[in-house]
Amino acid sequence: MRRLRGKLAPYLLSLPSWVYLIVFFIIPLASMLGMALAVGDPLSGYTISDNFQEFVTGFTSYEDAFARSFWYGTASTVITLAVAYPVAYWIAFYGGRHKSTYLFLIMLPFFVSFVIRVLAWEFILSDQGFVLGPLKAIGLLPQNFHVLSTQWAVIGGLVYNSFAYYVLPLYVVLEKIDRRLVRAANDLYASPSTAFMKIILPLSAPGVFAGFLLVFVTNVGDFVNAALLGGPGTYMIGNIIQDSFFENQDYPMAAALSSILMLMLMIAILLYSKAFGTEAIQEYAA
Amino acid sequence: MSQDDQNGRDNTQAFYRGLTQPRLTRQNFLRGSGAALMAALAPQIARAEKVTDWKAWWAKQVPTKEFVFANWPLYIDVSSDGKTHPTLNAFTKQTGIKVTYDEVIQDDPSFYAKVAPVLKSGSPTGYDMIVMTDGWYLTEMLMQNWLVPLWREKVPNFDKYAGSSVKNPPYDPGNKHSMVWQSGLTGIGYNPKLTKREITSIDDLWDPAFAGHIGMFSDVNEIGSFGMYKLGINPTTSTPDDWQKAAAVLQDQKAKGLVRQYYDQSYINALENGDIWITMAWSGDIYQANGKGYTDLKFVVPKEGATIWHDNMCIPVGASNPLSALDWMNYYYTPEVAGLVEDYVNYICPVPAAQDYILNVIKDPAVANSPLVFPPADELARVHEFRAFTSYAEYQQWLNTFNPVVQG
Repeated sequence: MRRLRGKLAPYLLSLPSWVYLIVFFIIPLASMLGMALAVGDPLSGYTISDNFQEFVTGFTSYEDAFARSFWYGTASTVITLAVAYPVAYWIAFYGGRHKSTYLFLIMLPFFVSFVIRVLAWEFILSDQGFVLGPLKAIGLLPQNFHVLSTQWAVIGGLVYNSFAYYVLPLYVVLEKIDRRLVRAANDLYASPSTAFMKIILPLSAPGVFAGFLLVFVTNVGDFVNAALLGGPGTYMIGNIIQDSFFENQDYPMAAALSSILMLMLMIAILLYSKAFGTEAIQEYAA
Repeated sequence: MSQDDQNGRDNTQAFYRGLTQPRLTRQNFLRGSGAALMAALAPQIARAEKVTDWKAWWAKQVPTKEFVFANWPLYIDVSSDGKTHPTLNAFTKQTGIKVTYDEVIQDDPSFYAKVAPVLKSGSPTGYDMIVMTDGWYLTEMLMQNWLVPLWREKVPNFDKYAGSSVKNPPYDPGNKHSMVWQSGLTGIGYNPKLTKREITSIDDLWDPAFAGHIGMFSDVNEIGSFGMYKLGINPTTSTPDDWQKAAAVLQDQKAKGLVRQYYDQSYINALENGDIWITMAWSGDIYQANGKGYTDLKFVVPKEGATIWHDNMCIPVGASNPLSALDWMNYYYTPEVAGLVEDYVNYICPVPAAQDYILNVIKDPAVANSPLVFPPADELARVHEFRAFTSYAEYQQWLNTFNPVVQG
């Protein structure tokens, strides 16, 4: 009896997380897939069938938007990594006793509502705003130059909004690196750059990996930056899904597009983790 | 109260309304989405018995002393301490009906998503009156018989005072189910300092001189209508062929690099910042922008036409105090009450006679003489309604025609 209880204990203890997963993941996922296969209209209601047409139409009519979303997502994630890594590195290695203050400062802007922050960029980057205005006045930029309504404004917005989410995982791994390893490398006549390449970078790989997932997945599905900072031809798949859902009331299409996006993200993540994933990380660590 | 106080407060009111009540807010897109999905999948169970004879239904209703009114935020007059609504208080005093006023409607799609599952299951929403904009969601409620046909004889003031622009609208012929709370115009907003000339025509939105500084709306009803004005077509009587032609001129406008962006309500920031010089615009936004200090900005009803939209008072089925709702409609449709509300809300008043009341009794010429609040008759003569769709298939065809313009 006691043995049985011992065997059951881990399952019983994990019960809450199972319930959580079923209620907040399995059921919504199933209803989304069901909706994607449904036929009908919002007035007469829907019946679930084996209609895969929405998947085909959804993919073929919005190929461009899918491609654009993956391009924006990849570009913004790589740029975010390039910006966040030095910051996380500096805080972890040179932050001294003020480390938590610096981290707090990085998080600080995120206490303001997301949409307000994006709108603030609209103000900062406006054509005659306090950034571009003076540069145009002294002739450094042509009068017609603008940042807003271009894809770079959208990618920039994505980078800005994901910055903190990349700094934090990087900081956590960098902070844990045993400083004696760096000292040992120096003792063995490794230059600072060799020490960085051979010791710090490989050991921080899990942070790079975790941050990439966090930022890439969020950015590919984003729609706010494209809606507020973009122009004609910067529509992301998130915007299309949102239009299908609210404006068009085309629930099957919205569900099909979401499913396709999810599938594509899963494939992308699998490929990515195959290339730089957990095994590679373990190799480095060993 | 001094004149300045009055205006100052009005502007603040209008300003906050602008901040908190974006008409197509992106923030709210996710809110209620789950509810809508559930509504779509909900099996058709527990339908309450359908009322067929509404005359008999009205005859059965007993007057009550309560009234639950769901409206958009900052869409009614507020007392100077900001705590109560004078017109509602006066209504209670006169009729003894206690009003529960809920500012719960952020935008039509999410409010629809909230009440649709309830109405579908045949349960009451808890509201005796809701305010919905003319458009697909209102049409959808009408098609599903979710709005109670009004007992028109109980609202004599509507026939007496309602302006011609709110009578017999195409989306609800004969005002059988709805009466307008406020209207607004979609026309052209511009900054004369940047366009360097006055704007009078739709063609100005296609002027290469403004290339890259023209704003268009991302809402397909709005932009589709403007494509048709460009061609001299009235959207309410247009055919799918006309839609194709309108989509083609809009595509051409985009291909030539004229359009800066397809905006939701954020166009007003771009206009204020000078990023766009000329744009499709809502009259109320330009009024608010002028009040905020952007006094250069102008609004014009182009000579080819513009769009008038309406937020409508309706009684959802299952309302427990429908007679009180009729009393309120009748009470609202007077120059005094509509005038009091209008002096705060500053959209377009459904009661033209309220203009005199605001000018001579409230003594607020800024509002009374504003062509944005009381548009002159010649302007109203050239405005069009949104197209009223007769089926989801028709609506979908419109979407399939105009979505590629905005999404491409």
